[in-house]
Amino acid sequence: MHAFIRLVARDVRLTLREGGAVSTALGFYLVVVAILPLGLGPDLNLLSRIAPGVLWVALLLAALLSVERIFHNDLEDGTLEVIALGPLPLELVAAAKALAHWISIGLPLVIAAPILALLLNLPANAFWILLLTMVTGTPAISFLGSVGAALTLGLRRGGLLLALLVLPLYVPVLVFGISAMNAVITGPASFLSSYLILCALTLATVVLAPIAAAAALRLSLA
Amino acid sequence: MRLGVQDLTCVRGGRTVFENLSFEVKKGSGLQLTGANGVGKSSLLRILAGFLPPAAGRITLEGADDETPIGEFCHYVGHLNGVKRAFTVRENLLFWSEYCGGGDIDPALETFNLLDLSDIPAGLLSAGQARRLGLARLQVIERPLWLLDEPSVSLDEASRNILASAIRNHTRNGGLAIAATHLPLGVKFAHTLELGAEAH
Amino acid sequence: MADTPGFFGRLANPTFFLKLSGAVLPWLTGLTVILMLVGLYLVFFFAPPDYQQGETVKIMFIHAPSAWLAMMGYSIVTIASIGSLIWRHPMADVAAKAALPIGACFTLLALITGSLWGKPMWGTYWVWDARLTSVLILFFLYLGLMALWQAIEEPSRAGRAAAILAIVGSVNLPIIKFSVDWWHTLHQPASLTRLDAPAIHPSILIPLLVMMVAFTALFFVLHLTAMRTEVLRRRVQALRLTQVDAARAGEGARA
Repeated sequence: MHAFIRLVARDVRLTLREGGAVSTALGFYLVVVAILPLGLGPDLNLLSRIAPGVLWVALLLAALLSVERIFHNDLEDGTLEVIALGPLPLELVAAAKALAHWISIGLPLVIAAPILALLLNLPANAFWILLLTMVTGTPAISFLGSVGAALTLGLRRGGLLLALLVLPLYVPVLVFGISAMNAVITGPASFLSSYLILCALTLATVVLAPIAAAAALRLSLA
Repeated sequence: MRLGVQDLTCVRGGRTVFENLSFEVKKGSGLQLTGANGVGKSSLLRILAGFLPPAAGRITLEGADDETPIGEFCHYVGHLNGVKRAFTVRENLLFWSEYCGGGDIDPALETFNLLDLSDIPAGLLSAGQARRLGLARLQVIERPLWLLDEPSVSLDEASRNILASAIRNHTRNGGLAIAATHLPLGVKFAHTLELGAEAH
Repeated sequence: MADTPGFFGRLANPTFFLKLSGAVLPWLTGLTVILMLVGLYLVFFFAPPDYQQGETVKIMFIHAPSAWLAMMGYSIVTIASIGSLIWRHPMADVAAKAALPIGACFTLLALITGSLWGKPMWGTYWVWDARLTSVLILFFLYLGLMALWQAIEEPSRAGRAAAILAIVGSVNLPIIKFSVDWWHTLHQPASLTRLDAPAIHPSILIPLLVMMVAFTALFFVLHLTAMRTEVLRRRVQALRLTQVDAARAGEGARA
């Protein structure tokens, strides 16, 4: 457990110190959300109706930008080899690094979401729900992303391939995250049923994804 | 502690790199791997570290329990240093020490002549200095088996001597060292294994 | 298992596979042709036009078998992936790789025929119907798997990576299907009535079943052929490697 926490802390510190990743993700999130009204027109009613979907999809894309980094930098400078010979099994290494991605990239994006929601005229009663569903759903994004990152590790055009592999797998998280929000904004569906399924998705992903990611990591270490 | 390798076969990309390789390394001795490029020196080290699954054969490490993978008894120093550019020299070493359960890092910094640089970000180091930082790990974390792939690359004369004495110390204290190298390391290895010798 | 190889054990030998598939293929091809001819005859001369949809209902006889093969293809990929990851069966890799483009084609065919059928029924080529949407996502999974095979040069690594992804995808598929259904019921008022009539009249059912069997046979003909091609391609690759090695040994001897 000690080594697990050390690894998470190292990755978070590295991401924050290198800086670029967080601000790029935040900037990308802002730009995507801001450019949509330019395409759709400034009708506030329309915007507030589609706000949950826009905020979720843009967050997904912004998080995807940096998912590739989860293992890539460590492979390039050789630290992945040393980590692999450490006390943690690769499954826990993958979990630690996905968790660090969530803390350093996922959480800042979630915190930015309510601010961007102002631009889209999201109904006031939905702000807390926005935060709640996103905090619940984003770990699944990081953990599923880590599987794609491990599979495409060291490949040419890995980033584009990663998006192709991972985006279809994000559909359930997207659907239930948005439907939980819409349940609160427009009804009549129940918030709780969508939200609980979202929780289940995240829990299952957090448990299962590291197994697949570790299997893929073994391939790229060979 | 004794490393035994029996009938090891390595296949990469559908190509047999080496076949039926057997050797052993006894407690407190070193093995030097030689041979031309592409005969599988690096592959052998990666198999021993557990990165690359062998196509056939057995690796045993006497004195290790069966539960723990052999990798956890190894230090593997490959072509890359395993150094984070954004961290300082001290932070780099400290992380390895904490992650792998090693000891105090100051003696290692001193041995590898890095004390003056300890607060410099590793990204600013020269190639030789970064290599020394990668090697300092060997001293911080106690592990019986050292797997060194061209460890002396980009080291100058003085640094090579530091490395040589670190290897000598390690074997004197009962450790095992396997080094693949073209260049003379300045260490007398008990065994030499020339890979690919039978191919010609 | 190593002492007395069973049927699957012997199949691991590519030469045995080539011999067996070479013997089976002509018969299977003949059967496919006959089934296809019978099926098409039944579709055009036996099945009545729908009283509402007219002749367009005949699209169903292509659409339904394609949709079935889209699913079956992915199941084959998944089973082969498990075989390659757990048992390291050498032909499992080949089976998974060969099934991908075929499954993807039938998935695309299901999507295209679905949208062509949708035009007269719904008045538009594409509706975000729950089934169409999940088949579309299945198509993306196929594309991702094919892209991964293409991106990794070494076949053994590519095979294992694709197998991991295929298994992850197959765990996800039911969840994706479930979420798309959920999404659809939320967004779409129940205005569309699908073709799920409680009982299908035999005059439609029999041609449909024959077409299903014919398409399945066609899938296996294509699959076996693609597997044979893949085995041969790997042999060519191995021959080239030995040539390179021989040349290198020659250079070494001269040096």
